[in-house]
Amino acid sequence: MIDQKTIEHIAKLARLKVTADEAVEYGEQLTKVLAHFQQISKINTENIEPLVTPAEIEFYLRDDVAAPELKTEAMLKNAPDKAGNLFKVPPVV
Amino acid sequence: MELIQASFKQVSDAVKSKKISAVEVTKFFLARAEKLNPQLNAYIAFNTEAMAEAEVIDSKIQKGEAVGPLAGVSFGIKDLLCTRDLRTTAGSKILSNFIPPYDATVVTRLKNAGAVVLGKLNLDEFAMGSSNETSFYGPCRNPWNPEYVPGGSSGGSAAAQSARIAMGTIGTDTGGSIRQPSNFCGIVGIKPTYGRVSRYGIVAYASSLDQAGPMVSTVEDAALALEVICGHDPKDSTTSQQKVPEFSKNISNNVKGMKIGLLKEYQSGGIHEDTTETYQRAVNELKKAGAEIIEVSVPLTEFAVPMYYLIAASEASSNLARYDGVKYGYRSDFKDLASLSLEDFYSQTRGEGFGKEVKRRIMLGTYCLSSGYYDAYYNKACQVRRLLREQYLDVFKRCDVLLSPVTTTPAFKIGEKSSDPLKMYLNDIFTTSTNLAGLPGMSVPFGFSKQGLPIGVQLTATHFNEQSALNVASVLEAVSGVQERRPNVF
Repeated sequence: MIDQKTIEHIAKLARLKVTADEAVEYGEQLTKVLAHFQQISKINTENIEPLVTPAEIEFYLRDDVAAPELKTEAMLKNAPDKAGNLFKVPPVV
Repeated sequence: MELIQASFKQVSDAVKSKKISAVEVTKFFLARAEKLNPQLNAYIAFNTEAMAEAEVIDSKIQKGEAVGPLAGVSFGIKDLLCTRDLRTTAGSKILSNFIPPYDATVVTRLKNAGAVVLGKLNLDEFAMGSSNETSFYGPCRNPWNPEYVPGGSSGGSAAAQSARIAMGTIGTDTGGSIRQPSNFCGIVGIKPTYGRVSRYGIVAYASSLDQAGPMVSTVEDAALALEVICGHDPKDSTTSQQKVPEFSKNISNNVKGMKIGLLKEYQSGGIHEDTTETYQRAVNELKKAGAEIIEVSVPLTEFAVPMYYLIAASEASSNLARYDGVKYGYRSDFKDLASLSLEDFYSQTRGEGFGKEVKRRIMLGTYCLSSGYYDAYYNKACQVRRLLREQYLDVFKRCDVLLSPVTTTPAFKIGEKSSDPLKMYLNDIFTTSTNLAGLPGMSVPFGFSKQGLPIGVQLTATHFNEQSALNVASVLEAVSGVQERRPNVF
């Protein structure tokens, strides 16, 4: 059972503001979904390495050389708020 | 040449030989799209530069310069792929004002091949959904019956293609998002092997599962578009450096002696009788064409839905952390930034910017990755994922292609499943294991329900063997008889 305290904790970790109604709804739904998903616990996975990349891919590193990229102006174009070449945010210190 | 029926090759050849101009083709499809879109809601936005881009193709041809294999072909792009100077929303409020400064590699490759982008297609928010109902821009409708969903998450792509308000479309598939809507709308969709297609510039949902692919009208068009978008990209280190085959030239209708596997696990459990009938007919046709049919088993597919949602939600909760109202996208309307905590700044922006299903998956994923639960959920799912992949690789030692239904039922009604997340998740029962194992999979239209809704069949091949799936698809396409039927919007 995912209780309201857990939902609040998870919402805080996820930096998500959820309303009281949403918290109740998510609590019930996640409880139901996780109860169903619990079935994978019965599979024996002793000493099995977790798999992340599913196909055989020769990992590639490009050469460490400077290449033309987007200009500062283009990168800042979508900023909701800025000051000069800086993104504006609430005080962080 | 009737444009709505013409193949990519026919149109591109006609454009190159100046029988028709790219501008005329673009004008035709834009006009058709603008006329039909209000009833379908397939496009979120049209590309105002489309005509100018078509003019560039024509002027290159006038000057005798080389143009690519898709010269003048009109494409609709799922609004999950970044398009330079053209708003890209991912179906979300949080990206409602985002204008990318660059193109996704898939878009660059289409443009380099001469394709013209008509606009951006509707989808479930951040590709999280199976019905297109979670889009911030409203649900998209199935052209075969507007009361039904087109499927999801690439619902706009499937609807636009089946109504021919684009010549071709691009979708993405994390757990079935190309194959399921293709199946619901009667078109051909292919999800390539993980690593075939660059993910650069595609808004990330679950990075170890996401792949883009063509959603088009015929197997031939699918093969050609696939050739164009596949291949190594230095901007995505998970793209394979394997050579891309000439899929379209290599298509063969000969399946004599080919071994087609039928998955034991996908033949029971509430499958709609019309779906079963279509699937059985496909089995018989392949037998007739000389293929050998064998029964195989991948027992762990039974756990594909839990595995998929645990992994996808975990990856999503991490990927979507970037939407914070700082660098781009939606930010809450704060009156006084100076007296605000950074914590509240993030939480309020994200709380307002994301829709319900996205928040639900972020919560699920955060929970699965949180201290004390990581091993039981995320890590466990990744371990089972390796076992699932091994079972598939074993099966592909005995057969070339797997044939199965795509979903248990034809398209469902708008609103029918949207209130129950688990019910919606279980809709993905036959598609998610393909992504977990990184295999290529496709959906080919093969029949209709008694109600007149399209039904496809699914073909799955081993890693980097898209060609075998395309070949089997081509045999099925030739005998399906579905090409003659069209949705009511015509």
